[in-house]
Amino acid sequence: MVVYIIKRLLIAIPVLLILIVSTFILMYAAPGSPFATERGIPPAVLANLQAQYGLDQPFHIQIWRYVVGVVTEFDFGPSFIYRDQDVNDLIGQGFPVTLTYGFWSFLVAVIVGGSLGILAAVRHNTWLDYLAVGVSIGAQVLPNFVLAPILVLTFTLWLGWLPGGGWQGGQWQFVILPVIALSTSFMASIARISRASMLEVLTSNYIRTARAKGLPMRRVIFRHALKPALLPVISYLGPAFVGMITGSVVIDIYFSTGGIGQFFVASALNRDYGVMMGITILLGALTIFFNLLVDVLYAWIDPKIRY
Amino acid sequence: MALLDVTDLTVSFDTPDGTVKAVNGMTLSLDPGDSLAIVGESGSGKTQLAFAILGLLAKNGTAGGSIRFDGQEILNLPESKLNAIRANEIAMIFQDPMTSLNPYLRVGDQMAEVLMLHKGASKRDAFAESARMLDAVRIPDARARLRMYPHEFSGGMRQRIMAAMALLCRPKLLIADEPTTALDVTVQNQIMELMADIQRDFGTALILITHDLAIVAGSCVKTLVMYGGRVMETGATDDVFAAPSHPYTRGLLNAVPRLDVPQEKLETIPGDPPDLTALPAGCPFSPRCPASHEPCATTMPVQEAFGAGRLRACHAAREAVA
Repeated sequence: MVVYIIKRLLIAIPVLLILIVSTFILMYAAPGSPFATERGIPPAVLANLQAQYGLDQPFHIQIWRYVVGVVTEFDFGPSFIYRDQDVNDLIGQGFPVTLTYGFWSFLVAVIVGGSLGILAAVRHNTWLDYLAVGVSIGAQVLPNFVLAPILVLTFTLWLGWLPGGGWQGGQWQFVILPVIALSTSFMASIARISRASMLEVLTSNYIRTARAKGLPMRRVIFRHALKPALLPVISYLGPAFVGMITGSVVIDIYFSTGGIGQFFVASALNRDYGVMMGITILLGALTIFFNLLVDVLYAWIDPKIRY
Repeated sequence: MALLDVTDLTVSFDTPDGTVKAVNGMTLSLDPGDSLAIVGESGSGKTQLAFAILGLLAKNGTAGGSIRFDGQEILNLPESKLNAIRANEIAMIFQDPMTSLNPYLRVGDQMAEVLMLHKGASKRDAFAESARMLDAVRIPDARARLRMYPHEFSGGMRQRIMAAMALLCRPKLLIADEPTTALDVTVQNQIMELMADIQRDFGTALILITHDLAIVAGSCVKTLVMYGGRVMETGATDDVFAAPSHPYTRGLLNAVPRLDVPQEKLETIPGDPPDLTALPAGCPFSPRCPASHEPCATTMPVQEAFGAGRLRACHAAREAVA
């Protein structure tokens, strides 16, 4: 198992390199420039700027410098828009915020979605099942850019219970609405997946064996059915967590939380090459890491999987 | 007193295609330590009979009539009362050993939980007893095997484990639902020998559900032939085999391929198994029966006693005697 994990981590290195190179090529090929403005800049100034950021160099020199910087010094270069900050600073500010509400959203989605799905399956075809299915369909069709303003309208403007935006170092009042807005659709997906998979497990032969042993239903569910029912949920969780981090764009915009989501979109629009590259690499690394985590969890649950 | 008395049992399922009548007024009785083979082709209701006894019918199923076990009515008992009987008094071995053990739990944990639940045994004692039981079903190196997962065993081994698990609480009745169907022939033999040993060593009453007449002949004292959810004929196995009284029984016996007589092709019973959503008013076998005549399709023959403790339900057979 340890050997397998090390192997997987080693494979991640070329994967990340390919990601870096292909993103770099795409950004290089994209028209536009971080220095383009409505009024235009005098050619002399532009040349100076380009020289300062190394954009006057040929492509292979640029990419070589970038990769060397990342690999040797973990230096993702400067931001092309936020003049006095480099990429590490920006991500360093934004990522902890994203991670905080991302983590809570993840937890809420898994716990609420998982229990809802399992409860619905166990009480199949009762009002509870219909309610759970209804709620999860509703939650799934409601995009977070619609949900976010509804939440602000309700809890901030009408009820006045919670602040409608800001972060304030992550005090709990400021975390709640972003977490609800971000987790709802994931919660719905997890509820649907866990319900379907639990329903399938409950009709399996080994569950009948467990019932024939005289085990009370609660024990049949928790001891015999839960693990296999969670397998499909777990394979969804890896991509879901990364999806939450990327999905934070909307959250950052509506709630002014200051996470990396806002930089991600802004950097693409402004051709802020440095920030764009940095966030892409960060998300790539997270994706690789969470897929590995999912595989390890799988092996832990399913004894038939051995690496 | 009989250990198990099934009277007028009916089992039906509500499905989108109509009501499926799997068991239609079955009556049978089993004494302590007795062995009964229930024979019939697929869809004759034999498995649903077993599930009805243990209260394991699917959610859309309903059962009527009466099942008395050890003097107590157990049909439609609440789940909590049934749980005290399951595995403790009545245990069951299922058809498919490959899928009947939980693939995500160690064999030892799956066995031990039965004793911990019903006998209040400590984990330690439960594991020790489980190992002894694996020994009894001739699984070598039992202690080490307890730590293994089901996928590390062959089909035959898994069925032995199922048998060992079923016997842990020394149940009074063991129901084996086609325990050898999914296994190859040599392993089938071993499992049937095991069943016979279990019966002798533990004094357990046995209901063996099967469609395989070859394994009935050697293993059960009594035989009950079932068709369309009804009893066609029952009696001592030797008598039923030597002098089958019901046309269906004769058909089944004829269909067994023989090695001692040269045969051009396999004998079959013409026609298809009954459509359980639309059974005839009379004998369910009448559409396929070579002896079928006027009352058969409209009037269900009554069960009548004949010979040495035998029962049958057939117009033709009764008239032949009269």
